[in-house]
Amino acid sequence: MEIRENRLEIKDFSLYYHRTKALEEISMDIPEKKVTAIIGPSGCGKSTLLRSINRMNEMIDGVLTEGRILLDAENIYDRSIDVVELRRKVGMVFQRPNPFPKSIYENVAFGVRMGENKQAKGRLEEVVERSLKEAAIWDEVKDRLQRSAMELSGGQQQRVCIARALAVEPEVILMDEPASALDPIATAKIEELIFKLKEKYTIVIVTHNMQQAARVSDQTAFLMLGKLIEYGDTATIFTNPKNKTTEEYITGRFG
Amino acid sequence: MNYQTKFKKIGDKVKIGLTGTAVLLILAILAIILLAVIAGGYKSLSWEFLSQPPRDGMTKGGIFPAIFGMVFSLILMLIAVVPVGVATAVYLHEYARPDFILTRLIRGAVNNLAGVPSIVFGLFGLGFFIQFIGNGIDRSLGQSGLFGQPCILWASLTLALMNLPMIIVATEEALRAIPQAERAGALALGATKWQTIRHVVLPQAIPGILTGVVLVVSRGAGEVAPIMFTGAAYYLPYLPKLPTDQFMTLGYHIFVMTTQSPDIDATVPIAMGATLVLLALTFSLNIIAIIIRSRTRSQLRKGR
Amino acid sequence: MSLQKKRFRYLGESLIEGNIKITAILAIIAVFLIFLFIMRESLPIFFSQEVMQEITFGKLFHGIEWQPVSDNPRFSMWPIILGSLKVTMIALVFAVPAAIGAALYSSEFAGPRLKEFIKPVVELLAGIPSVVLGFFALIIMASFLKSIFGWTYRLNAVNAGIALGFAVIPAIYSLAEDAINAVPRSFREAALGLGATPWQTATKVVLPAALPGVSAAVLFGMGRAVGETMVVLMAAGNAPLFSFNPLESTRTMTATIAAELGEVVFGGGHYHALFFIGLALFLVTFVINTVSWVLFDGLMNRLYGAKK
Ligand SMILES: Nc1ncnc2c1ncn2[C@@H]1O[C@H](COP(=O)(O)OP(=O)(O)OP(=O)(O)O)[C@@H](O)[C@H]1O
Ligand SMILES: [Mg+2]
Repeated sequence: MEIRENRLEIKDFSLYYHRTKALEEISMDIPEKKVTAIIGPSGCGKSTLLRSINRMNEMIDGVLTEGRILLDAENIYDRSIDVVELRRKVGMVFQRPNPFPKSIYENVAFGVRMGENKQAKGRLEEVVERSLKEAAIWDEVKDRLQRSAMELSGGQQQRVCIARALAVEPEVILMDEPASALDPIATAKIEELIFKLKEKYTIVIVTHNMQQAARVSDQTAFLMLGKLIEYGDTATIFTNPKNKTTEEYITGRFG
Repeated sequence: MNYQTKFKKIGDKVKIGLTGTAVLLILAILAIILLAVIAGGYKSLSWEFLSQPPRDGMTKGGIFPAIFGMVFSLILMLIAVVPVGVATAVYLHEYARPDFILTRLIRGAVNNLAGVPSIVFGLFGLGFFIQFIGNGIDRSLGQSGLFGQPCILWASLTLALMNLPMIIVATEEALRAIPQAERAGALALGATKWQTIRHVVLPQAIPGILTGVVLVVSRGAGEVAPIMFTGAAYYLPYLPKLPTDQFMTLGYHIFVMTTQSPDIDATVPIAMGATLVLLALTFSLNIIAIIIRSRTRSQLRKGR
Repeated sequence: MSLQKKRFRYLGESLIEGNIKITAILAIIAVFLIFLFIMRESLPIFFSQEVMQEITFGKLFHGIEWQPVSDNPRFSMWPIILGSLKVTMIALVFAVPAAIGAALYSSEFAGPRLKEFIKPVVELLAGIPSVVLGFFALIIMASFLKSIFGWTYRLNAVNAGIALGFAVIPAIYSLAEDAINAVPRSFREAALGLGATPWQTATKVVLPAALPGVSAAVLFGMGRAVGETMVVLMAAGNAPLFSFNPLESTRTMTATIAAELGEVVFGGGHYHALFFIGLALFLVTFVINTVSWVLFDGLMNRLYGAKK
């Protein structure tokens, strides 16, 4: 049996939009430097759960939470927590590429510029290059760093967004259907990238695509109607699910 | 097709044509005013007219002091109205929760401010800025007649107050056009709320704010009622130097030259020229605003 | 490294937010101050013994003469109230059909290109300063209309009303167009699908659905017309006659303030009377605008609710 360190622990976590409960007492441990996939039918709360991990839910009016999410044993919902620090440790990539209407360089440099890391600020060019390389987009954009990021293709934009997130040196990266707006070739590139990134980062990815979950993830969580139905090794979930609903969902009988 | 429906169709065409006539009417009004002012005013225009002060009891000479005073007051107005207007819009759109009572109160106040008659702003300027604030300052300085009298400062502040809603509306419209996803992107990178506003939101709102600024300048240039008791003068033999000086301004000059002149035959041509200058100015400003707006709109369509 | 709150950041952020919030509250303070100070300068009519020897609230509504500067000053507001009403009505009679007709045309019948053209035209009309409209009406239009219709008085309520109409058309148009545009496409498709002609669709389906917004637009224009100063000051002739005849010289409330405030004795009865007129204007436009916004917002919420 392999021993895993659990850096990210979700404990009895519930979330309400106004009065409606969108997440119900979710508990799961997310292992370090692995890819954890969250799957489930549309509207089951995948994005909500993901956004809870870096407290992006706070942008939405009327959100209420119960329970805890621990990062390195610190409850991120504690009142003493600085969300800005949290979000620098827990980066996020969105479903639709959302680069700023600035140059590619400025997009990647943005997080560092906003932060207090003097060292990184001093070596900004290095950081940008390293992040773009890590996001496997350096070769495509190295000659046009000063051009607007809006001119890139959707897949390239998404990788710039990943580079942008990497530049702040996070420990965890959250990805909400990062390839759903992209074509198959761009999707393959992103998947390849995720595979590489897990050497350094803890990754949580939401996906609609069963094959994708099976291909890229080590752990899989199956959510339905805000409840965690089953969670475990991806291989087990896909070949030998314990729960009947999980099996039905995975074999494509609904969803 | 039977006769009845054919008849109906023709009738419909006529009725639609009638609403089209309304558009033509508006176009005609605009064209007639423009042409009439151009035709009446172009003879008065010359370099001298623009660069010289009035002479011979204002029956000859130019309108330079009125242009100078107008620019002076508009600059002061902008200094007051732009920061306040932009900050208010930022508060309403970025910070405030829409359902809070304070938010509603602010929105109500802005709407209301937009509907207050311009002459009431003039009364307010007189009662508040001059009598209350101005006299108050004078009293505490142990002086009289420095701040407690009509001057550019009070006129500009009155104009600023009157134009506040316009900047707010223009800025908020610009803020609304910025996708929420970009704010989320910045916050997720660990930017603070203010950093997000400062580095992601505001830079993109600049064209919209600029549109508001241009419109406010145009409106401020032509407003007479709010300034006639708060700072504008019939005639001054010198150019204003300080914000506490009175000033001549184009709109008021037109009014004076057409209604308060003892020698109408001599002053109406000057008023014609002044009207042409004012109209040319406001017209170009409005066209600039329209161009900025349509550019940013088409950019938005392309970019996203 | 820990996730604990960084005090400097927390402090900086709340400082900025606080400042922005206070700035935003200025708008509320401003409206309040406007009301307060106009009120303050009109109150002596009700309470000051000295002022009340010259003018009282009762005198403002007694008789039909506004003759503030004479041996026996008379302060009846009726002639100038009537003047405001007369000019406003004439302006609306002219501006409402033009503005709503144009709004209907541009949102229902015009092609996209024409539409892109109409809006700027209306904006340009809106951009003409009222002193220029007043000048135009006083120097150019009045003589022209007089020679055509053989008017006795060159400057009168009709002349001013038409020029005032120019000033309020854009206001009415823009609100009406917004309201009509907010009517969901599905309404139109349903009507057309049932065999209605475009004209029937526009007048029997779209316009009724947008009616609260269109009424709001008319009210909004009315508020503008009542409050507009320079156009009526220059184009209406300015005699405070109590007359229903639209072809006679007339004087509005706004014009009265503008024409007389420059020459009043500061702190005298006449001065306070002018502030009282200002107060009345403030309150009337406040009510008109509030009703207009309530109607408009209600409609928008309903229609955008329907779209979802
Ligand atoms: N801002 C919001 N306000 C209120 N309810 C919301 C909000 N966002 C999501 N919800 C509700 O919460 C539930 C979960 O939504 P969520 O977006 O997390 O689902 P999801 O699993 O990501 O769906 P999808 O696969 O379609 O992205 C849904 O029922 C949704 O209607
Ligand atoms: Mg989702």
